[in-house]
Parts: sequence; C-alpha cells; structure tokens
Amino acid sequence: MTKKTFIACLLAGLLSACATAPRQDNGAAVEERTRGAGADGRGRDAATSYGAGSDSPGGLSALTDPQSPLALRTIYFAYDSSEIQPQFQEVIEAHSAYLLAHPQVTAVLEGHADERGSREYNLALGERRAQMVKRLIALLGVPNTQLRTSSYGEERPVADGHNEAAWRQNRRVEILY
Amino acid sequence: MIKRLLLLLLPVLGLQAAPLNIVIDRGVENAIPIAIVPFGWSGPAGAQPIDMDLTIGNDLARSGRFAPLPTRDMPQQPTAFAAINFKDWRLLGMDNIVIGNLQERADGNYEVSFRLVDVYKGTQLAGFRIPAGRAQLRRTAHRISDIIFEKLTGIPGAFDTRITYVTVKELPNGNKRHSLQVADADGFNAQTLLESSEPLMSPAWSPDGKQLAYVSFEGGNSSIYIQDILSGRREQVAAHAGINSAPAWSPDGARLALTLSKDGNPEIYILHLADRSLQRITRNRAIDTEAAFSPDGAKLVFTSDRGGSPQIYEVSALGGTARRVSFGGSYFARPSYAPDGKSIIMVHGKERRYRIAMLDLENDYLDLLTETRLDESPSFSPNGSMIMYTTTRSSGTELAAVSADGRVHQRLALQDGEVREPDWGPFTTQ
Repeated sequence: MTKKTFIACLLAGLLSACATAPRQDNGAAVEERTRGAGADGRGRDAATSYGAGSDSPGGLSALTDPQSPLALRTIYFAYDSSEIQPQFQEVIEAHSAYLLAHPQVTAVLEGHADERGSREYNLALGERRAQMVKRLIALLGVPNTQLRTSSYGEERPVADGHNEAAWRQNRRVEILY
Repeated sequence: MIKRLLLLLLPVLGLQAAPLNIVIDRGVENAIPIAIVPFGWSGPAGAQPIDMDLTIGNDLARSGRFAPLPTRDMPQQPTAFAAINFKDWRLLGMDNIVIGNLQERADGNYEVSFRLVDVYKGTQLAGFRIPAGRAQLRRTAHRISDIIFEKLTGIPGAFDTRITYVTVKELPNGNKRHSLQVADADGFNAQTLLESSEPLMSPAWSPDGKQLAYVSFEGGNSSIYIQDILSGRREQVAAHAGINSAPAWSPDGARLALTLSKDGNPEIYILHLADRSLQRITRNRAIDTEAAFSPDGAKLVFTSDRGGSPQIYEVSALGGTARRVSFGGSYFARPSYAPDGKSIIMVHGKERRYRIAMLDLENDYLDLLTETRLDESPSFSPNGSMIMYTTTRSSGTELAAVSADGRVHQRLALQDGEVREPDWGPFTTQ
C-alpha cells in the first residue's frame, strides 16, 4: 500500500477495508490470504499485504477513492433483522454497478450479528443478512458467480462493548473484495 | 509493509491453563450442615500432596446444598471412628461428619480412606478405601464428594466430571487467541486442546467423554471437527459451502446432529459417523439450527424462526413434522433436554434481557432461572442438578452455574480473558 493511499484510507476511516485490494476468488488467492493471527475482525485483513494499484484486477481507483460510494463497505442492520434499510440502497447500487463493470471481480459478503442471544442462531442470522445483500445485488443484474456469502455470527465483533453502541456496529454485512 | 502472520493453530496436549476461580453468589438457606475433618496423613512431614478436606468441602459448598463447617470451628479433629466425640458434634448441630486418612505407600502411590458418619445415630453411612496415584488425588476427592452427595441427597453427584469451554484472550498486539479447553467441573486442571487465531465455537462432549465436536473457522469458514481428547488427533467432519455449525451428539455416539446451509439456508441434518452419510431433518425457508437429541435418542429439539421469531421445536430424529413447544415470548433459542428428558433449558429473550429458562414439558411451565441480562449456552450437569452457562457483564464474559431449581447461583471467574460456551461432560466411567 502506498503512503498516499494509506492516508486516504485513514481519512476515510476505512483502514481495514483499504488494506485488502480487490482479488479474484480463486484457489491461489486462498493461499495468499491465510487468515493469520490478526484475527480480531479489523486487523485480520491487514495480514494480507497487496500493493494498491498493482497485482490486482482493474478498477482499483474507484475502490480506493474515499469519495466514492464504493468506499462504504458496511451495511448495518436493526436488531434481529435482515432487512436492508433504505439509507444503504445507494451503497449497494454502487457496488452492484462496480461489479457489473468488472465481471472478473468477486465480492465476499460477510454477515455478522451482535452478541445478544444464542451464538449458533446468530451465525445463521449473519448468513441471512449476507444473503439479503447478495439477493439485492443480484437483483441489480450482478451474476451470482461474482458473489459469495459467509457468516461469522457474533464471533468477530468490530466493537467489543456490551451495549447498544457496540451492538449497532456489530450487526452488519461487510462487502469484501 | 505488513508482515504476513502465520496461522496459529495447534492441537496442544498437557498444556496447563489458568484455573477458574469459583465464587458462590447465593446459596440455599436450608443447606445441610456437615463437617469435613482434615484427613490424617501418613507420610513425610509437610509433604502432604493435597488437602482432601478442602477439596471435598469446596465441592459440597459449591452445590449449594451443603454448609461445610470451617476447620477452626471444629471441636476436635478425629481421624478414626473410635476417636469421634459424638456429644461435641451434636452440640454443634452437625448432622454428619467426614473423617479420613491419606497414606503414602512404599511404591510412591497413595491410599485414601474415608468414612461418612451420621452424628445423631453414631453410625457409619459410607466408608471406602481408594488407591490412587498422585495425579488422581483430586479426582479421588471428587469421587468422595460424589459418594457423600448421593448418600445425603439421593441424587448421584457430578463432581467427578469435566467441562469444556472456549476462552478468548486479547493479546498485547490486539489480536485474539481462541482456545478450546477442558477442565474438572470445579475449574481445576484446565488443559488447552486447541488454540486458534480464528473463532472456535460450540464444543460438545461425546457421550463416552472421549471426544469433542466443535466448530472452527480456521479455514476461513465455519467447519465441524471431532477431536480425540487423549491423543489430540482431530478430523474434519463437515465443511460444506455456507455455515457448518451446532454439532450435537446422539446418546449412542453414532450420530451428530448439525446445522448446514449448503442447500441455501440453515437446516438440521444428522451425520451418521460410521459411513458419513447425511440425513436431512428440516426443510423450509427459515433458520433451523441448534439441534439437541433427547436422552432416548428418538427426538430432536431445535431453534427455528419459521413462525417469524426464534422458537423451540421438537421433531422425530427420523424427520417429519416439527411441533412447536415454546410459547408466550418472542425469543427462545439454544434448547437442550434435561438428562431425564422431562424439561428443556434454553435462552429466553424478554424485554431485551437474555436469560436461562427451563420449560417443564409435562405442564408447560416456564421458569426463569437467571436474573442477569446477557446469558447464553446453558448446559445440564449429567445428574441434572445444575446448569452451567455463559453470562456477560460489563467486566466481560464468564461461566456461571445455577441449580435446576434456580435457587443456587455461582460464578466461575477466570483470571483474564473471556470464557464461554460451557458444555458439561458425561459421568466419568470408572
């Protein structure tokens, strides 16, 4: 990552999102992004060290532009809900347009839940949230082959607190390239 | 710029983990008074390997049903039946006393003997002589606790059992280390079976107490493993696309109920371990997860939101139509049967608090057992008298236990880090 991009990411408050450049979802990539000890949900992607602007599929400039709606990569949800709230429509449309323009790019939609209630149910809830986002992106014309879902339930909180402020940040789907 | 970090994941054997520290919040008022007299010691002076009386006393106190007399309040410390001055003990209102001896033998092993004595009748209720190696002395103390508990309450004791749980510790560099541990039911002898930089979930004892099934995210997605506790040998048994979670053993150990979303959304399956064949149990568009077998193996209880909110359902272990069993609330999850099959414990969310609840299947009575706000993962002790669960407070997540009647509460606090998802192991086979 260049210093300039690094600062841009900091400004956008999206350091972890920027740390991972777009990559294709093939077997080799799995080897590359061995999910290492940086496993607190934020630091994790920092273990993958791609140089921005090289060694990656096209379209990087749009993804790393903090002014672009593509810089927003998290959809937040209401309690025990997988409904997508209207304010995230624009973000989803932007990512759909990007994926349509870059058919070689695959996005992983990673669903998460807050800590309340049972863990396995939350794992299922995280998956359902990810699938809702996937369905909406697919509705906008993106082929399913470009989309993959996964769920971590409540196992990877971004905020560690035990209060609504933390829970609000943890009920989310992250769009990862 | 950023150094790539290696996946830290190793089955570990014999690694001693930090013990759990047990704190009893509140006990029953009518606890049985008992005196566990310090055991006599025949061996080199000062080389006594264990305080048998303290270990037994802690067990009994922990159950909430007993009030052991502090050693300093004892009128005498007899180690032989003939030396007991019954009058003194009767004056103190002690119903029962336990006396015993610990002897080091010439071969380096030990012999533990004890007697449980009824003070009012002046008779022996139980007496045993148990040979033990040094490493088994704590276990021997738990076995003695089991015998005393059963003699005086009529319920088999579950002190000589083990628990498994997941701990999460934040490292100085901000990363998290997840570990799968087993410990004695009193939190001692904690051993780490697996460490991972990725989340670990849902450890479950096999009915013979020799294996654990659990969920690991080490491959970048949830997958289910079975690990042999003694050898550390592990095997991946489910790694389909989508989620692979909530493993639960059948009572005969031949099947594993699990949740897979490979066909689009989470459904309950049964994995037959002998031939690895999968049998699909549920079929609908809702979330179906968290299955647990009934003690006779004929039924499954599970969580589903097919009715719009998470509720508890029962279904034949052969599949078929599920029957809803939870009513009167909008959040019920993570069910499991009591060892006698007559009730189900679960997580009940109400007014934004998540508590442990027990549903009596015979009269549909729902009893809230805990008063905290973020409780989960309840697990019955094999004798059905206690339930261990996870509770989260502002200070963190820890294990707690409550008696099945909701009267006795205790916390098991680890020194640092989070402790969660306890599963209470089966009775130990002798």
